[in-house]
Amino acid sequence: MRVLEGQFRNPSGCAISAVISRNGERMSGEQIIESMKPMHERSNGLGGGFAGYGIYPEYRELFALHLFFSGKEAKKDCEDYLKGALELVKAEVIPTRTIPAITDEPLIWRYFVTPLRSVLASMQVDENEYIARVVMHINTAITGAYVFSSGKNMGVFKAVGFPEDVGEFYRLEDYGAYSWTAHGRYPTNTPGWWGGAHPFALLDWTVVHNGEISSYDANRRCIEMYGYKCTLQTDTEVITYIADYLLRKQGLTLEETASVIAAPFWETIERMPEAEKRELTYLRTVFPSLLVTGPFSIVLGFHGGLMALNDRLKLRSMVTAEKGDRVFIASEEAAIRAMEPAAENFYAPAGGEPVIVRVREGCC
Amino acid sequence: MMRTIDATGMEFTELNGLLRRTEGDIELQGCLGQRFIGAGMGNRKIRIHGIPGNALGAYLNGGELEVFGNAQDAVGDTMNAGTILVHGSIGDTAGYAMRGGKIYVRGNAGYRTGIHMKAYKEHLPVIIIGGRAGSFLGEYQAGGILVVLGLHTDGRPIVSNYPCTGMHGGKLFLRSDCRDLRFPKQVTARPASPEDLEEIGDYLEEYCALFGLDRSHILSSPFTVVTPDSANPYRQMYVAN
Repeated sequence: MRVLEGQFRNPSGCAISAVISRNGERMSGEQIIESMKPMHERSNGLGGGFAGYGIYPEYRELFALHLFFSGKEAKKDCEDYLKGALELVKAEVIPTRTIPAITDEPLIWRYFVTPLRSVLASMQVDENEYIARVVMHINTAITGAYVFSSGKNMGVFKAVGFPEDVGEFYRLEDYGAYSWTAHGRYPTNTPGWWGGAHPFALLDWTVVHNGEISSYDANRRCIEMYGYKCTLQTDTEVITYIADYLLRKQGLTLEETASVIAAPFWETIERMPEAEKRELTYLRTVFPSLLVTGPFSIVLGFHGGLMALNDRLKLRSMVTAEKGDRVFIASEEAAIRAMEPAAENFYAPAGGEPVIVRVREGCC
Repeated sequence: MMRTIDATGMEFTELNGLLRRTEGDIELQGCLGQRFIGAGMGNRKIRIHGIPGNALGAYLNGGELEVFGNAQDAVGDTMNAGTILVHGSIGDTAGYAMRGGKIYVRGNAGYRTGIHMKAYKEHLPVIIIGGRAGSFLGEYQAGGILVVLGLHTDGRPIVSNYPCTGMHGGKLFLRSDCRDLRFPKQVTARPASPEDLEEIGDYLEEYCALFGLDRSHILSSPFTVVTPDSANPYRQMYVAN
């Protein structure tokens, strides 16, 4: 009997990398694809993906929904739902290139949409909350349809394959982004399938992750109380929802969010100055179930910036570097050198120490 | 005779195969992330330009690897003998379970340097870090000598949190009075005596000669030596939270 993906366990790591232009200059996807090549061994061909920010300037006011459909029926069901729920401005196939390395692709479409103002008014929710609910509804209730990207002026592109092939498949050279994140997957506990590739996205938030979340079920049970549904059969998804919950719904800053996800040990908190001690004690007390334990290095993408973060014990590698207005983040220095041989100011952030990079005001 | 190999665009198995088939010392150019360079090698020298990948010199069994830039994670993983010189900085878990040989680094080291290094009779591994080291320095150290010189200039502490967690053998030398450092209960930290420093004198001399540093300047600052306290042996891996 053939053993299928998801029925066995295979151990190892993943690769992440990211680049951002602080001046908001647009970069094609070629450079970020290049960064994944020296880290080829960190993936096993069961998932690769990218997120680009600033790629749809002509539709900047609209939500760009990227969807996988298992077939025509799922597509029809989903479109029927979308037509009733939203104003559909444009629907198109996401352009791809047929290459031998990427096979068994689902139908891959994108929809530029906006919620109907009258619906928002009657439901008394803002447009972000409404879109988040639409995403959760499709992913849980419409068989064979998965929304894998749902922000404004940004998009996720992911597939089963090595990341460098996935980038070629999606023709990322045709997009211009002020920031890119990338992921090469080596799934360890859960199936390698199209929806399970990284980045994981909700609204503008995207997460690429190398690691394994020991606290997954505690985190999942907590976040599902607030209306999020974990449907994608892998742990990273929950970090995306935690980020959305803490940043959008609770209004925490990125630094505070990092202090919840990768909270310092009580012993470390005890030794801090009084004000800091009070704040960190508060965050750990209010959001204990959103502490993410186990090894991780992540890059959180958002509108206008990136945040890199390691678990508090730093059980995964991560380096950052700069060159001009560009900031680079990757699992390995070699990946950064592949993007920019002359990169400088290499730095290895400590466990739990967020590195936050923002595009200059008005540049994205 | 020194042969030159250009690693540009080479996949790691291809490069390592070529290194094994090539006799004598090697000048390696254009390295970019290829793993396992020099793994299991003995009795020759490879000079590396560019960025070698993870597990540089894993199971190294003699000879010398010299890196003119930075190196990544797991430098000298389980190495047995030989020397690894890094002119830049290194990533996490350098010298993991190292049981002999020397790792000399001019710059900084990441987390868990010297994790589980060990010694047996004449096999005494030595790691010297020129700058600072990350958290969990010498975690579960069972033998050998770890030295951190704190020659970095970025104002950060010589070592981050939780040094010597689980230490039960060997010695750690920090070029600092360690006033602000907290060590676990099962180790003893005390000012290094001239006899203690005598123990690392030859290694320091070699280190300073290799990197063009002034040994007497380095020795003019106080050192702290940390050893496990056999009366109070190690019991728990991490703190209780």
